[in-house]
Amino acid sequence: MIGFIAKRLVNYVILAVIATGLGYLIASSTLHPISKFLGRNPPVNQDAIDAALDKMGVNPEVPVLVRLKDWAVNLVTHGSLGTSTGGRPVTEEIAARASTSLRLLLIGTLLGALIGVLIGVTGAIRQYRAFDRVSTYGSFVITATPTFVIAVVLMILATNLNKLVGHQVIQFTGEYTAGLQGGFWSHLGDRAIHLLLPTIVLVLTSAATYSRYQRSAMLDVLSADYIRTARSKGRTRGSAMIRHGVRVALIPMSTFFAYSFGLMLTGASVTELVFSWHGMGEYLLSSIHNNDINAATGTILFTAVLVLIAGTLADVLYAALDPRVRV
Amino acid sequence: MAVMGPETVDVAIEDDHLGSGGVVVHHGVIRRTLSAPQAWIGVIVIALVVVWAVVGPWLAKWDATTTDVFSFGVGPSRDHWFGTNDIGQDIYAQTLVGLRKSLVIGFIAGPGATLIAGVVGAVSGYVGGVWDKVIVWFIDLMLVLPAFYILVLLSPVFKKLSWVAMVVALAILSWMVMARVVRGQTMSIKERDFVKAARFMGVPGWTIIRRHILPNVASLLIIDATLGVGAAILTESTLSYFGFGVQAPDVSLGTLLATGSASAVTRPWLFVFPAAILVVTVLATSLVGDALRDAVDPTSGANRD
Repeated sequence: MIGFIAKRLVNYVILAVIATGLGYLIASSTLHPISKFLGRNPPVNQDAIDAALDKMGVNPEVPVLVRLKDWAVNLVTHGSLGTSTGGRPVTEEIAARASTSLRLLLIGTLLGALIGVLIGVTGAIRQYRAFDRVSTYGSFVITATPTFVIAVVLMILATNLNKLVGHQVIQFTGEYTAGLQGGFWSHLGDRAIHLLLPTIVLVLTSAATYSRYQRSAMLDVLSADYIRTARSKGRTRGSAMIRHGVRVALIPMSTFFAYSFGLMLTGASVTELVFSWHGMGEYLLSSIHNNDINAATGTILFTAVLVLIAGTLADVLYAALDPRVRV
Repeated sequence: MAVMGPETVDVAIEDDHLGSGGVVVHHGVIRRTLSAPQAWIGVIVIALVVVWAVVGPWLAKWDATTTDVFSFGVGPSRDHWFGTNDIGQDIYAQTLVGLRKSLVIGFIAGPGATLIAGVVGAVSGYVGGVWDKVIVWFIDLMLVLPAFYILVLLSPVFKKLSWVAMVVALAILSWMVMARVVRGQTMSIKERDFVKAARFMGVPGWTIIRRHILPNVASLLIIDATLGVGAAILTESTLSYFGFGVQAPDVSLGTLLATGSASAVTRPWLFVFPAAILVVTVLATSLVGDALRDAVDPTSGANRD
């Protein structure tokens, strides 16, 4: 099992490194940091432009592969991702934003997967009953709706609720209330309330997809012989379902989890942006507006690392669930 | 997300579906598809939406850019069916223009991605060996970064060129998972007698892929193309919502939603109508795609009692 995981991990690391390199190349070819200095009046002196661009390592006069090499060497030797166009080191920016994004992503993914699996299993066991029909059509509607539309609709509902009650029960702009007075607990409560709507958005979208796959995986398992065998050797229906059914039906889900993680990341970024959180999604978007190559590549690296972790986790889950992988 | 284990949770065609004639005999796929009410509803809704997108503008008297100086930001009325925006433009007309663009994008990018998936997957599975390894590795590489992020990175290019560039990029970034599925199917079809016979008779590889492999995975490709339409529309609208997709003066449902969502609370008609039409369109394509999947794959659940 260790060998299997190690082999996958090495493969992921190689893929992540190459993907980041490619990300750097794409960012370098589509973003033009020099545009910030052009067309100014009075015109900026060429030497000053070159100095500023060289400092960030994004001077287009230098061949792009050389810049990539410098960027990589800088990362390996100094652990630095270069400076942002704003002048702050990219690593500092990412450190400040990462926890915001990860909090949402972690809670959303875990809750979404858990609820999705529960709904899927229940739907499969009680196929064509009312619960199954409602959850199936519900998940259809949710997957057909863009994440930002769900977010905006929830915001409208929350606004109306707030109006109805007469004061701000549900706060949803930003990550916390700026300038809030009070101790640790009131800050924690404030953040929890701000987390409510974004989490609901993320859980809804991910539970909708997970439940559909889990339902179909579970249906495949339910008609298998070993469930009947488990029943005939005296297991109760519930125990046969859980020990033999759900466990097997989760195996393809670990693969699906790895595949869908990119969608989760996208969904989390979109959610962050709609609720104006200062997370990684916002950093990527602003890096495009600012023509900030280092910031864009930093986000890509961050994403690649997350994907790497998610993929490895999925493999561990796979190996834990499927004994055939372990031998 | 690359990666992963031996099999995907996608549709698998059972071997006994392969008839002796060398072409998969899906006994009554169409009949089985249409026997599901959801497929009927989906097909009818898609047809209605497309027809409406084509003839809709002639039903109302306003066009998308004209300003009605007597009604700024009014709600739905007899005169302006979907209301007007702050400068008196008719939302009904704008929604139709946006819908047209979104439909065109969806119907090109979705099937476009399927085309790439079919060709790459079939070639990879049929050729095998080193090339197969290279292609699979490349697919894994393309799956590492979310397509949305790459599209955002590429967006300055769309601004310079036009929305057509975005359609191409959408297709290029969404074929990978299906290619893996097609590859898996191809590897099993390749070992069947009719393909071996053709190969030993000296039929060139391309011809075998075209004549024997692709027809046998056609049902998978049709499902993927159908679902791809909706997926492309969703991605496009999200990109455009954040200003990275369709650029003014072009209008899509995404750009309409972007302007509408700012005043979604005070003037809901700016947001609700484009959003509802977007959801209905995507929902219809996924209903059809899902019914097709159930009809093709007997193990997907819907046919089993």
